[in-house]
Amino acid sequence: MASMGEFMPIVILLGVAALVCAAMVTLSWVLGPKKVTPYKASPYECGVEPSGTARERFPIKFYLVAMLFILFDIEVVFLWSWLTVFKNPGMGSPETDLAFQWFSFCAVMVYMVLWIIGDAYVLRVNALAWDEAPEIHEAKFGAPEAPAATPIPDAALQPAGGGK
Amino acid sequence: MTPNGYPAPPSIDWLMTMPALLVAGVGIVALMVEMFWPRRSNSAIIFLSLIGLAVAGYFTAIQFGMPDGETFARMIVRDRLGLVLQLLLIGIAFISILFSEGYLREKRIPFGEFYPLLLWATSGGMVMIATKSLLIQFIGLEILSIALYVMAGMSRNEAKSEESAIKYFLLGAFASSFFLYGIAFVYGATGGLHLDLIAEAWKADDPSMRNLLLFGFGLILIGLSFKSAFVPFHQWTPDVYQGAPTNVTAFMAAGSKVAAIGALFRVLEASGVMQEFWMPALFWIAIFTMTLGNLVACTQRDVKRTLGYSSIANAGYLLVALLAHFKSPDKVGLQATIFYLVAYSLMTLGAFAVVSLAAKGGKEGTRFHDLAGLYRRAPVAAGLLVVFVASLIGIPPTAGFFGKYFIFLDALQADLAPLAIVLAVNSAISIYYYLGIVRAAFVAEDSPVRPAMSGPVTFGNSLATAICAVGVLGISFVTAPVFEFLAGR
Repeated sequence: MASMGEFMPIVILLGVAALVCAAMVTLSWVLGPKKVTPYKASPYECGVEPSGTARERFPIKFYLVAMLFILFDIEVVFLWSWLTVFKNPGMGSPETDLAFQWFSFCAVMVYMVLWIIGDAYVLRVNALAWDEAPEIHEAKFGAPEAPAATPIPDAALQPAGGGK
Repeated sequence: MTPNGYPAPPSIDWLMTMPALLVAGVGIVALMVEMFWPRRSNSAIIFLSLIGLAVAGYFTAIQFGMPDGETFARMIVRDRLGLVLQLLLIGIAFISILFSEGYLREKRIPFGEFYPLLLWATSGGMVMIATKSLLIQFIGLEILSIALYVMAGMSRNEAKSEESAIKYFLLGAFASSFFLYGIAFVYGATGGLHLDLIAEAWKADDPSMRNLLLFGFGLILIGLSFKSAFVPFHQWTPDVYQGAPTNVTAFMAAGSKVAAIGALFRVLEASGVMQEFWMPALFWIAIFTMTLGNLVACTQRDVKRTLGYSSIANAGYLLVALLAHFKSPDKVGLQATIFYLVAYSLMTLGAFAVVSLAAKGGKEGTRFHDLAGLYRRAPVAAGLLVVFVASLIGIPPTAGFFGKYFIFLDALQADLAPLAIVLAVNSAISIYYYLGIVRAAFVAEDSPVRPAMSGPVTFGNSLATAICAVGVLGISFVTAPVFEFLAGR
C-alpha cells in the first residue's frame, strides 16, 4: 500500500507542466507581433491554398474502417504481450512451465477463434465494401417463401432497415 | 504467485461461470447461423437462442444449494443472490426473444443479428452480477452496454432510433469512464481490484487513503447510478426508451436494471464501512428519483416515455429496498429487493410486449392516441395490459402490490420512515399516469380520421404476455415460499 507522499513528484510535475504551457501560450500571445494578412489568417493546409469549407460531410464508412482497424491493433498488442510471456514462462519448474503454456495457449486460441469469427462476419456483411448495404430477403418480412431452387433475383432483395 | 511473479494458472470451477459462457457462446453460434444460412428466416436463430437460454437456466438452477465460493482467481463468485439474478436475466432475455420476431417483422427490421446481440447483452449482465472484482464488473457492464447501444439504433431509417442510440452511447461512454476512473482510485487505495479489499483498506485508518477510497467509490457510484437511472443521472432514460425499438426498450428496462441493481448491491455491500458517507447521499437520491420519475411521468403523452419515467421511479423504489437492507442488515434481508426486481421485470416486459403490438408495416405509433381502441383490435392483449398496469400501480393481488408493500415494511423496520412515506405518496401519484395508459387502450375510441396502428398478435407475443401475466398474478400467491427460498432457508 502506498502513502500519499509518493505521489508528490507527480503532482509537482503536473503543476510545472501546466505552468510552462500556460506561460508559453500567454507570453507569445502578449509579446508576439500581430500583423494579420488575409493569407496568414487562412487555415493552414500543408502550404496549399485552401479550397472550400472544412466542415464537409464525409461518409460514415470512415468510422467503420477505423473501428475495424482498431480491432486488428488490439489483437496484435494482445498477442505480442502474450508471446513474450509464453516463450519464457519461468514458472519454477518445466512441468509448471508447460502447464502454463498449455493454459495460456488455449485461452489465446479461444480469443483468436472469436476474433476470426468476428472478422468473417465483417467480410460476410460487406462492412468493408464501400457502397454496399446488407440486404434482407423478402421472406423475413413474412412474405410467402420463394421456391428454394430458383436463385433470388436482385430485385427481390430489400435494402436493410426497410429503405434508405 | 510463482517465483517470477506471474500468476499461476488458476484452478477453475467451470460450473460457476457456465451460464454466462453458454449464453455468450450460443450468441456466437447464432451469429454464425445468420452468416452462413441462406438468410430467409430467423426461426433457426430464435430456436437456438431459446434452447441456449433454457440450458443456461438449467445450469444456473442446479447450482442452488452448492456451497458459495469464488473461482478464476476470485474473479467469479457464486452465491444465492448472484444465481437468482442470473436466472432472472435469463428469463428476461427469454421473454424478450419470444415477442421480438413479430415486432421486428412489422417494423421491417428483422435483422438476424438482433438475437446474438441480445444474448451477449444478457451474458454481460450475468457477468456483472456474478463477480466481486471491479474490473470484471466493468467488462460485464461494457458487454451489456455496447450490445444495447447497437440494438437501440437498430431501426436505422428512423431518426429517433438513431438519436436514441447516439444519446445512449455518448452518455453511457461518459458513465463508463466515471466507473473506470473510480476503479483506478480504488485500486490506488487498496492495491487490488477485489471488492473485499475496500473494507481492509478502510480499516487501515490512513486518512489520505480513506480520501482516495471515498473519491473512487463516489465515481463508481455515479457510473452505476447512470445505469440504474437514478436522479440526477436519469436524463437519458426517456429519450432512449422512446427511440429504441420497443422490444429493445423492454429488455433495457428489465435486464439492464437487474444487472445494474445487482452490481450496485455488490459495491454497496463491500463499502459498508463507508456507510456514514453514502447513506445520506443515497437517501436523498432515492427520494428525488421516486418523486421526479413519477411527477414528470404525469406530463407525458407517449406510452414508451411514460414507462421510461416509470422505470426511473421504480429504480427509486428498488434503492429504498437496498438502503433498508444496508441500514439494518440483521432485521431486513434482501428478499424484498429481489422480489420487487422479479415483479418489476415481469410487469414491465408484459407492458412493453403489449405496446409492441402498435407496429405495422414499418411504422409504429406509441403515443396514447395510437393505443386508442386497442381493446377492439386485440381484446386479450388489452386485458393483460390492465393486469400489468394494475401491478405497476400496486393493486392487490398483483406482484407489484406485494413488492411495494414489502419494501414499505422494510423501510419502516430499518428506521427509514421518511422513505417509506415518500414511497407511499409516490405510489398514489403514479395511479394518474398508469391509468392514462389503460384509459387510452379502453375508453378512447379509434378515430376514423387517424386510424390507430396495430399489427397482428403473434403467437410469440401471446406467449410472452401470458407468461408475464401468470407470473405477475401467480407470484403473489406464493410469496412466503419465494421469500424463504430467497433467504436460503
